[in-house]
Amino acid sequence: MKDSRRNVLKIGLAAGLGLAVSVGMVGNAAAQWEPKKPVEFIIMAGTGGGADQIARLLQGLIEKKNLSPRPFIPINKPGGSGAEALRYLQDKAGDDHTLLVTLNSFYTTPIIQKDIGVDPSKFTPIGRMALDTFLLWVHSDSDIKDLDGYVAKVKGTGQSWKVGGTGSGQEDSILTAMMEKEFDYKVTYIPFPGGGTVAKNLIGKQIDSTVNNPAEQGEFYRAGQSRPIVQFTGERMAAYKDVPTAKELGHDIEYYMQRSINGPPGMSKEAQDWYINLFSTLYQSEEWQKFCVDDGLDCTEWVAGGDLASFHAAQLTRHQELIAAVGAEAITGQ
Amino acid sequence: MEAILDPLIAGILQSFEPLNFAMLILGCSVGLLVGALPGLGSVNGVAILLPVTFLVPPTTAIIFLAAIYYGAMYGGAVSSITLGIPGASTAVATVFDGRPLAQKGKADLALVTAAVASFIGGTISVILFTLFAPPLAEFALKFGPPEEFTLMILAFATFIGLSGDSIPKTIFSILIGLVLATVGLDIISGKPRLIFFDIDGFFHGVNFLVLAIGIYGIGEMLWTLEETKGEVQVHKVTSSLKSLWNNVRKLKDYFATTIVGSLIGYFVGMLPAAGATPASLMSYGLAKTFSKDPDSFGKGEPAGVAAPESANNAASTGSMLPMITLGIPGSPTTAILLGGMIIWGLRPGPLLFSEHPDFVWGLIGSLYVANFFTVIINLAFIPIFVRVLTLKFTILAPMIFILCIVGGYAPTQTMHDVWLMLLFGVVGYLLRKLNYPVAPAVLAIVLGPLAEQSFRQSLLMSQAEMSIFVERPLSAVFLLIAILLAAYPTMSRLIKNGKTAE
Repeated sequence: MKDSRRNVLKIGLAAGLGLAVSVGMVGNAAAQWEPKKPVEFIIMAGTGGGADQIARLLQGLIEKKNLSPRPFIPINKPGGSGAEALRYLQDKAGDDHTLLVTLNSFYTTPIIQKDIGVDPSKFTPIGRMALDTFLLWVHSDSDIKDLDGYVAKVKGTGQSWKVGGTGSGQEDSILTAMMEKEFDYKVTYIPFPGGGTVAKNLIGKQIDSTVNNPAEQGEFYRAGQSRPIVQFTGERMAAYKDVPTAKELGHDIEYYMQRSINGPPGMSKEAQDWYINLFSTLYQSEEWQKFCVDDGLDCTEWVAGGDLASFHAAQLTRHQELIAAVGAEAITGQ
Repeated sequence: MEAILDPLIAGILQSFEPLNFAMLILGCSVGLLVGALPGLGSVNGVAILLPVTFLVPPTTAIIFLAAIYYGAMYGGAVSSITLGIPGASTAVATVFDGRPLAQKGKADLALVTAAVASFIGGTISVILFTLFAPPLAEFALKFGPPEEFTLMILAFATFIGLSGDSIPKTIFSILIGLVLATVGLDIISGKPRLIFFDIDGFFHGVNFLVLAIGIYGIGEMLWTLEETKGEVQVHKVTSSLKSLWNNVRKLKDYFATTIVGSLIGYFVGMLPAAGATPASLMSYGLAKTFSKDPDSFGKGEPAGVAAPESANNAASTGSMLPMITLGIPGSPTTAILLGGMIIWGLRPGPLLFSEHPDFVWGLIGSLYVANFFTVIINLAFIPIFVRVLTLKFTILAPMIFILCIVGGYAPTQTMHDVWLMLLFGVVGYLLRKLNYPVAPAVLAIVLGPLAEQSFRQSLLMSQAEMSIFVERPLSAVFLLIAILLAAYPTMSRLIKNGKTAE
């Protein structure tokens, strides 16, 4: 009798403990936010471009390493130099299941196009995955071998020199405007829906030059179809050791593009923390670091959350100055 | 020849390795289902199944993804025909004649036609792909903005020419579509345009599937309700191997249409800008223009099913070409394939063919095999698909309604689009009552943005000289064909009238 009572007590205790433990676990699970439905991974540029490749690589790594209980679904919204994507994210305010993979048009498009009513500083910063770089490219059949040759050729051709890019106000149009100012020439800037399409049009000789990222043009360089003339970095990149920087040649043009992940305005703190943790894991992964080296991206410093917000603020100011210096008309062509 | 044949045979044999083959069959079946369910398009399907591909080697994975992609192309036709809801944007043109056929009790004929035409389209394009990939890729590079624009004009011309008596109504319909296509942010400058009543939802433009599902799904249901006063007769369904074979054999009547559709599909799909949806619409327009009996189109003409279905499958293979050789995916689904390739460390571009031949030929080989088995699986399922139509309309109508809502919500996941879709449903129904053709509006909303963008790029290239469209040989040829196409129906009618007058 006594024994059985003791047994009952034991069982009761065990059950109670079990319950307590499981309640504790439920409590934990509630604190630990996780995506509850597929995450929309918005790319503010077209398919095949640098941002697109990055988003798709990250999506794949998330699946491969089983880092999220729900899949990430990349969606391209390239319209209006990213205005379409920015507006989409703005309208998703408070949503925990939408993220944006950015270009520098994250800063420039809202500055140039006030009427889309987007304030990028209101977005929820997650993490900066890389700083992307720019080179000046021509077709390998071209007789242009160096920067001086390029400038002479453009000046000789006049305004019918066609530079392909990914949209008025997009980073490559700013770089193009910076070059126009530095070298005192005018070109015609033609927008395409993504860096991949720009690359195709350079190889097809529909345009004369471009300032594509290495990820967009590198394969055609390896195949001997396009030639880098100059790089707009502080120092020569490992993958492009033979290409001089603009600074070496005495022209003060240095320009990078951040590749960061951001949420819509008013994303919950729990979700933001979860995403910061996720992308920090991805950032440190061997695969990501290898991609950075191969594709000429600078991935030496991880910037997340509040630090990314300060970085964004500084970049916004810098782009306001840049745009003021070259003139918004020089960028939009209006 | 041997240089192609050897790796191709190796590639095909690769598809028959046990693991690859199992994944291929699984992929085809899953794709078929994913394509058949409106709102679940192949983009989501492939994205959700991507994790599976990390458990297997890259070649197996790409075979699996390609099989899903292929299966979805077949599946899209199923809901277009049986329910009148386009399962995917590529299958919109299939509704034009597929749905009327089903209403006449010939759903099985429509489904068989769609399956066999898809098979032929897929086969022809994969053969072209095998034999001529490098020169075709070279040709695609010749396509600049002016060529893209004149090609769009050509597509519009096929639709203006085919409307018979109601050319003004067709033009009106095209214009409505073009206006809707300009809603949202300007593709080049990013300025907002036509934001009706300052509703935020219009910033994203009018989604093409929202329009198509509204007009065809909801509009069609309203129309059926009125026509029948709720007493739709239940379809009789006979399915036997013999009737199946008879339906397959009927294909010889529109074999030429299928071949032309396949070629157009492959060609248009190959251009990075276009893709399968414009290809299927163009193929439909051409089939109608050159048909002996153009008036039968839109009322249940099997050739009107064969044309878009052969084209969209051919285009889905065609869009692999720019992805592999240039790294530019021709469609959202190929973009996911591209993502997979980047993760496996394969960089699409001009060197992929020479640096990773096993992978490329494995993919090409799997396209042959996937195409063959999808048509078999599809034909086997047709009796089950047709059974949907034996349901009472009182059961079927709410089902269609729910699928429409889901299909309208899925692309952007906003209620705005659902309301818009319902509105288009009512408008579509009214237009139909007033005898306005709605297909041209659907065409215009697909092609409008492509045409606008390439037009503006061309004018930037030429410093605003319109002559750029006639100075470039390819685009001049396209313009000439467009003019001939637009004039052809009127001319042939005049000649006919002249003959009868004699």
